[in-house]
Amino acid sequence: MKLSVRDVMRCVGCQSCMFACSRRSGNAGLSNSSIGIKSTGGISRGYTVIVCRSCENPPCAAVCPTNALVPKEGGGVRLNSSKCIGCGLCKDACVIEAVFWNEEQNKPVICVQCGYCVDYCPYEVLELKKDKKGVTHDAQ
Amino acid sequence: MPNDSLSKVLYIDLTLKKFETKDRQDLFEKYLGGTGVATQLLLEECHEGMDPLSPEAPIIFAVGPLTGVFPLASKTCAMFKSPHTGDLGESHAGGRSAIAIRMAGYGAIVIKGASEIPIYLTIHGNKIHFKNATTLWGMKDGSIPARVMRQQEKAEGLRAIFRIGTAGENLVTYSNVTTETYRHFGRLGLGAVFGSKKLKGIVISGKKAIEVNDKKAYRGLYDQIYKAATESPVMKKYHDVGTAINIKVLNSIHALPVKNLQQSSSESIENISGESIAQHHLARRLACAHCPVACIHLAFLREPYDDDPYFYKTSPVCYDFELIYSLGTMVGINDPTNLLKLIDIVEQTGVDAMSMGVILAWMTEMFERKMISVNDLDGIELKWGDADAFIEIVKKIVHPTTEFLKACGKGVDYAAVHYGGKEFAMRFGKNEMPGYHTGPAGYLGFILGARHSHLDNAGYSIDQKELIKIDLTPQQVVDKLLEEEAIRQILSSIAVCFFARGIYDLKLVSDAVKLLGFDLTDNDLMEMGKKIHLNKYKFKMREGFRFEKLDIPERIYQTTDPTGKITKEFIQGGINYAKSLID
Repeated sequence: MKLSVRDVMRCVGCQSCMFACSRRSGNAGLSNSSIGIKSTGGISRGYTVIVCRSCENPPCAAVCPTNALVPKEGGGVRLNSSKCIGCGLCKDACVIEAVFWNEEQNKPVICVQCGYCVDYCPYEVLELKKDKKGVTHDAQ
Repeated sequence: MPNDSLSKVLYIDLTLKKFETKDRQDLFEKYLGGTGVATQLLLEECHEGMDPLSPEAPIIFAVGPLTGVFPLASKTCAMFKSPHTGDLGESHAGGRSAIAIRMAGYGAIVIKGASEIPIYLTIHGNKIHFKNATTLWGMKDGSIPARVMRQQEKAEGLRAIFRIGTAGENLVTYSNVTTETYRHFGRLGLGAVFGSKKLKGIVISGKKAIEVNDKKAYRGLYDQIYKAATESPVMKKYHDVGTAINIKVLNSIHALPVKNLQQSSSESIENISGESIAQHHLARRLACAHCPVACIHLAFLREPYDDDPYFYKTSPVCYDFELIYSLGTMVGINDPTNLLKLIDIVEQTGVDAMSMGVILAWMTEMFERKMISVNDLDGIELKWGDADAFIEIVKKIVHPTTEFLKACGKGVDYAAVHYGGKEFAMRFGKNEMPGYHTGPAGYLGFILGARHSHLDNAGYSIDQKELIKIDLTPQQVVDKLLEEEAIRQILSSIAVCFFARGIYDLKLVSDAVKLLGFDLTDNDLMEMGKKIHLNKYKFKMREGFRFEKLDIPERIYQTTDPTGKITKEFIQGGINYAKSLID
């Protein structure tokens, strides 16, 4: 399954998805969120929804100096946290800024495509799509 | 909770450009946060008789334990001494303000001192910077400095941007602080307090975790609140047409102030009803951070340029019930484009929309009655519904060119004391009225100053649900108002939006704060709420508020209302009873 943006124009900027993602760890707040909602140059213009596109040849993994980010079959990466030295190269390598950062732990937060956030989007902006090769995923 | 940063208070000195953080667990343990804590900080930091625009006057922002933890707890409570009324200044705003303060690692922020040059503050977690805002000072549209701060600063999507407009810079006593372009710390003049400190704005961001003591119970309670927020009809109405749906409702029962409350209903409001604006002008709905309701309604105003065909200016304009009342019906505007144009200039200058509408209405009546001249208005002739004249006058109040216009920048009470027309200067405790001519309970609510910012209270609901059908004594009404008020103090101390008062009952609050380490029963909360309300009165009384000094405009007794019960006896009976309880 892959997380996808179904209709960005429906986003109201409530950020419920961001809080949901962080809440997976059991705590409140935003430190552990791997989805991002920000305005598109002022909120009157609407919002940008940033989700990991699960690239098949992920640039974030390509620049990781310790192989802490491991490409997964079918796309996306898995974080081996014990190998990660917090250098931040992965964050810089992702042009859509979908590698998020836990500042308290100085480690990346990588989307695991679980779809927990989808259940907390009240306006059907997000969806989980079946992972078929060749399917186009909207990322922004 | 041991690792929670809620009890951290950031103290900033704008004179010395210094800051420090203190742990104030003593206050948060006793009053939870928000209004409860902010009131104590104000009593500590603002000594008796302090000039609200002096450098030492404090600005306090406080959020609550549930902020960033549960939905709908995204309000920031601002406290200050009001330059508008001379007593308690309390104002609440949403947007990303509360989430940003909590995620930056603070429960409250206290700002004192004054800068010599215009500055803006940045608070990114524990990194605080004082930045030169000289170039941003005096820009006529307040959204431009905000745009510059947005471009200069990091943390997109995680930050709040507070800023004032030229009204705040020029110390208009009802200027506001805007956050996220469309949310306001309105009423009572926080903008002027910023302006007096040469503080143009604040950017705040952060991204913390907040620990809860029972992860399973947390998820369970979260889902219960989230479900209620997204599925219950009490919240849905705020999302659909929004508060503007009340324009038609109040108009039909003769409770909507029209033309300075000379009337309480009008036959020509159809085009500015909530339903009509939603159908023809609504462009987008937005939400505060961590609130799925999305009650913010944004219309797009399209205006042609006279000198160039097919050349348009398109401006997003935020509206709700209070703006349609104050800048629409109250000033006789019934055309939606004119309404949106007037709202737009009010936003640009950064004045409170409700106060400005009431002042414009009073000015128009003063002019109509020939109690002021066209010279007082610097050549502008005011008449009901003339939006272009109102737009020019708003600009002139912010940059006054006559003594009369200067007085109008200090509120309708100040202007009426100096120029007459007190009997139709629609203010209560020196604060301009909201759009509810529902009956005596509504007015007693305004007068008791229950919530000191919006003058909003349970009164209009008592009028519409009870007094319209049955008789209650003034004492019964005041008892009901004060009971509801105690509950509202708790909601604003945990920073929950009052729109969610149907969801967050005291039992739910008790369960929710328990996860953050507060062991409080419903009863404990009720007692705390009463105490917080009395603490506010302690400040008000100290600064000279007296029930016997209240000057009620005669107009409220003359205009038809839904209950037919607005009499001097009723109102005075309620005031006397409240005085016996509070004094």
